[in-house]
Amino acid sequence: MLEPQTELFEEFAQGDLEAFEKLFRQFQGEIYGWIVRIVRDPGVAEDLTVETFWRIYRARARFDPSRNFGGWARRIATNAALDCLKSGHLKHARTEAFLLEDSASVSPPNPGVQRDLRERTARAFQQLPAKLRIAATLALIEEMPYKEIAEALDISAGAVKLRVFRALRLLRKSLKEMGVEP
Amino acid sequence: MNEPRDEEIQSLLKQAIAPLTRNLERDLWPRMLQRLDERSATVPWFDWALLALLALWLCFSPQAIPVLLYHL
Repeated sequence: MLEPQTELFEEFAQGDLEAFEKLFRQFQGEIYGWIVRIVRDPGVAEDLTVETFWRIYRARARFDPSRNFGGWARRIATNAALDCLKSGHLKHARTEAFLLEDSASVSPPNPGVQRDLRERTARAFQQLPAKLRIAATLALIEEMPYKEIAEALDISAGAVKLRVFRALRLLRKSLKEMGVEP
Repeated sequence: MNEPRDEEIQSLLKQAIAPLTRNLERDLWPRMLQRLDERSATVPWFDWALLALLALWLCFSPQAIPVLLYHL
């Protein structure tokens, strides 16, 4: 996405509501798309998009107009999504249903993998700690570059790899406990 | 990370949870405006604390009321 002019950023940083509205309209779709990939619930993603922009508006004085607004907004969005996952605000059943519905909407690469196995894998994934789940969702499911994930999580690419590694280990352990041996 | 078993888990995961791309179906600006209005109408907690302190002070020292009114 093209970054708008620095002038708009400066006006926003000074508290201009019109500038904020322009930025909101320009970036709301991108931020929503990012959040929905993490929380996997369209309704919650809408709430979190508004929450993200509320945090952005409050933090406007700290924004450096010469920097990338999209990247900054994405970091704030990731933190909002992380807070949501940590708080357990997402209703487990609802999310799980969404995951399964989502899985059913695409034809699996291996039709031999049973629905029950997919359900157990999704459940094990839901039990991962929020920080690991976000890193694993973005890296393993969405297959996003580590650099991009690192920027959004405000950590190094090495730290992202470590979180993904830990997520895989925990997932393997949970699956083993559920009687699934990959 | 690159162990074969990790790749198997990743493959299993991708079959359980598909990648997700969703577009925003409506403009969220009206909700944002509502949020901004709600917050601006909210009185910060320390204002309430100051008001409570002032009320307590006036209760215990009613003779301070004319002084306070004089300074307002």
